[in-house]
Amino acid sequence: MDTADQSAAIVARVREAAAAHTPLMISGSGSKNFLGRRVTGIPLAVGGHRGILHYVPEELVLSARAGTPLADIETALATRGQMLAFEPPSFGTAATLGGTIAANLSGPRRAYAGAARDFVLGCRIVNGKSEILHFGGEVMKNVAGYDLSRLMAGAFGTLGVLLEISLKVLPRPEAETTLVCERDETSAIELMNRWAGRPLPLSATAWSEGRLYVRLSGPAPAIAAAAAGLGGEHLPRAEEFWRDLREHTGAFFTDPRPLWRLALPSTAAPLALDGPGIVTWGGMQRWVKTGVPADQVRARTAAAGGHATLFRPARDASPAEDPFTPLTPALQHLHQRLKAAFDPAGILNPGRLYAGI
Amino acid sequence: MSAAPATLFTDLRAVLPGDALLIREEELRPYECDGLTAYRALPLAVALPHTVEEVVNVLRLCRARGVPVVARGAGTGLSGGALPHAEGVVLSLARFNRILEIDPLARSARVEPGVRNLAISEAARPYGLYYAPDPSSQIACTIGGNVAENSGGVHCLKYGLTVHNVLALEALTIEGERLTLGGRAADAPGYDLLALLMGSEGLLAVVVEATVRLLPLPQCARVLLAAFDSVVTAGNAVGAIIAAGVIPAGLEMMDRLAVEAAEDFVHAGYPRDAAAILLCEVDGDEQEVAAALARVQEILKHAGARELCVARDEAERQLFWKGRKAAFPAVGRLSPDYYCIDGTIPRSKLAEVLTRIAELSREHGLRVANVFHAGDGNLHPLILYDANTPGELARAEALGAAIMELCIAVGGTITGEHGVGVEKINQMCVQFTPAELEQFHAVKRAFDPAGLLNPGKAVPTLARCAEYGRIHVHRGELRFPDLERY
Ligand SMILES: Cc1cc2nc3c(=O)[nH]c(=O)nc-3n(C[C@H](O)[C@H](O)[C@H](O)COP(=O)(O)OP(=O)(O)OC[C@H]3O[C@@H](n4cnc5c(N)ncnc54)[C@H](O)[C@@H]3O)c2cc1C
Ligand SMILES: Cc1cc2nc3c(=O)[nH]c(=O)nc-3n(C[C@H](O)[C@H](O)[C@H](O)COP(=O)(O)OP(=O)(O)OC[C@H]3O[C@@H](n4cnc5c(N)ncnc54)[C@H](O)[C@@H]3O)c2cc1C
Repeated sequence: MDTADQSAAIVARVREAAAAHTPLMISGSGSKNFLGRRVTGIPLAVGGHRGILHYVPEELVLSARAGTPLADIETALATRGQMLAFEPPSFGTAATLGGTIAANLSGPRRAYAGAARDFVLGCRIVNGKSEILHFGGEVMKNVAGYDLSRLMAGAFGTLGVLLEISLKVLPRPEAETTLVCERDETSAIELMNRWAGRPLPLSATAWSEGRLYVRLSGPAPAIAAAAAGLGGEHLPRAEEFWRDLREHTGAFFTDPRPLWRLALPSTAAPLALDGPGIVTWGGMQRWVKTGVPADQVRARTAAAGGHATLFRPARDASPAEDPFTPLTPALQHLHQRLKAAFDPAGILNPGRLYAGI
Repeated sequence: MSAAPATLFTDLRAVLPGDALLIREEELRPYECDGLTAYRALPLAVALPHTVEEVVNVLRLCRARGVPVVARGAGTGLSGGALPHAEGVVLSLARFNRILEIDPLARSARVEPGVRNLAISEAARPYGLYYAPDPSSQIACTIGGNVAENSGGVHCLKYGLTVHNVLALEALTIEGERLTLGGRAADAPGYDLLALLMGSEGLLAVVVEATVRLLPLPQCARVLLAAFDSVVTAGNAVGAIIAAGVIPAGLEMMDRLAVEAAEDFVHAGYPRDAAAILLCEVDGDEQEVAAALARVQEILKHAGARELCVARDEAERQLFWKGRKAAFPAVGRLSPDYYCIDGTIPRSKLAEVLTRIAELSREHGLRVANVFHAGDGNLHPLILYDANTPGELARAEALGAAIMELCIAVGGTITGEHGVGVEKINQMCVQFTPAELEQFHAVKRAFDPAGLLNPGKAVPTLARCAEYGRIHVHRGELRFPDLERY
């Protein structure tokens, strides 16, 4: 694994950009360029700033430079029987740790283990004033100062360039099995919620094409006991199933229509938008391929208590103007002030998340 | 009384019913401090609103008049977070004590900010659910206070802190503007302001409602007590358990002084002659628990435990925990006053830090009892002192400062769950650089440009750091040796 410290160069680039008021477009490997708004700016490639800095398995902590490929981190963890419990998607082999955290991307385990943001312990960033700042640390509990490291998760690089990130890691489960049974969408959603209310070793759930999938992870005897109680059939090659779902490589994702991600209260009834759908995260996340106009998708999702992201525009279409659900005026105003607090010149990925921030 | 308070009272009376405003000294007295009794101040007034609309009006009025506002839950905080401002109003959320909704299928509870932590789990129990973060103060402390401090408890090792268990907040800015942060749908759009509010010590916004995640009660939980002949062996045993890939539901440690105090107080059945004990809880289904217990016993024996004892039944399990949860008041009986430190360190440094704390205790001539969340590396050294003996408080504070700076030096933090408040404000100058502190102030200004919510807490001014005369050190070295010293 190659390592390189490019922080001095990154700081210099940010300093020049701030002085000249020229926006920067931060890029890890560019694997998630499809997601979010387009930024016009001078590319700032941070993928070369890489390397695992500190990994102590008995501390359950790993610190790495932001440009470190996710694949390198996962390999290092696997050799010590550990994992990133939020099971991030990588959308290709090049995805970096920085891009994953900046986009707060989590995979199938999200509903049961937590999101990327839940595992952030600390980070080192360069803010828009080209200052290197360190927040949080490598310890499990830390309330000294505001939690600005967690704030970086999902900020898409608009508040700072991530240099280093410390994450909590967890032991890999001893055993894992996936059960599958036939169910319609409504009863699948209800079952997912009922199961989550019982002390079962759940680690992922999904409903797709009339089938309900549930993954159990933990000590072998607990898995066996839970599996016997739930019924259904064991799914062969289950790892492939969950990987296709996480990486969007399954057949569903090849449909040319736009891909919407609906985040909903887990118990929300199916939205019945025109087009195929997949339910994941115990009902909290629903993927839909639909040509229904954006305002209608948004309105129906909002009425059900959720929010909708245009995750991937229709094949061959240009990026959407507003992929993320617009903020209320009060929140938009606060976002602008927070943006100015970190990046007064407005040079870090301006407009990546919303116009004006 | 000066003219300013007199007109303030008139204005407050106009927006609050008669029973919702306290201004007489004897009425204000109960609010003069929180759980950190060494710091006291009387506010101008205490507002005890009944409705969110009244809270909005109090905030708008204080904003317009430039009057500081200190939100208050149960006042159990241990860092002076709810300490009144002498020219300000205390805004008590105590009357907001209703559980608004429990949704058993979605496993969530919507509650007002003054609801007590334990009340949520009690209300959820009939559905086989509970609220996981369980501070030892859970009988009294409120969910609003828990959010403001990002509180933890003995079960946070496995189930997370407040930040991991709150789904949504309704909060008011100092302008009286209502914000919805997070939601019952995951990953709310925009910045993670829900996370930002956690641990923000009442400086950014006032929480008026919280929706929390409920978890299924484990099928079975058992606790094991291990006794050790030295704190160093006990400290190393903690690392051995985690290294073996076991994440217990709780892993707590107490040293001899704490054990003796707890025994005298609640007769929990702890071995009095042990140098340290560990309480290790495992939960899950019957077989899983049996397997994990066997595994932990093996590890602990290997790590040098002198004695191992699994609680026979639920009653004994409760008793073992009672001793731990009562440890603070128990230690409080040993001495007129105690001062609780809250540093967190990498687990691998436990033995080293405990040894150094014992040395510091001797050097400062004050006894220290240790009782803490060992699995998370979150220490609670309790410094025993007598405020009535001239100079002892100052010595206790000096010892506390030395322990906090030790935590920073080994790569840890000055506070794991109690917050900075007024108490640790000087040590913030040691843990953070001037630029980092300035970034905190900039975030504060984004929410509260006039600096009226809980001013003077949590983040020191650079001038104050200059006065304290210590600046940021990292692992014993100055990180920016070329930087100008304040
Ligand atoms: C759900 C999803 C599906 C995807 N599917 C595919 C796919 O099928 N094929 C494909 O080729 N790609 C896909 N992508 C693209 C993929 O989006 C990115 O390439 C991947 O997220 C990125 O990792 P990265 O390091 O390449 O991040 P980037 O895409 O480079 O960055 C992601 C975001 O994080 C910011 N960022 C990156 N690094 C930093 C840093 N150090 N500090 C601050 N901000 C930073 C970027 O500015 C950007 O806003 C997908 C992305 C998502 C989210
Ligand atoms: C015996 C004892 C044991 C303890 N054990 C633990 C423990 O195990 N773990 C732990 O983490 N803590 C513990 N604590 C500390 C304390 O109980 C927690 O910090 C608790 O969360 C404080 O809640 P409270 O309602 O008493 O808040 P208060 O003390 O009233 O206030 C604390 C802070 O929160 C702010 N605040 C209160 N309500 C709101 C609101 N609605 N909106 C915005 N800000 C608000 C206040 O301004 C203040 O800054 C213990 C304390 C004692 C006395």
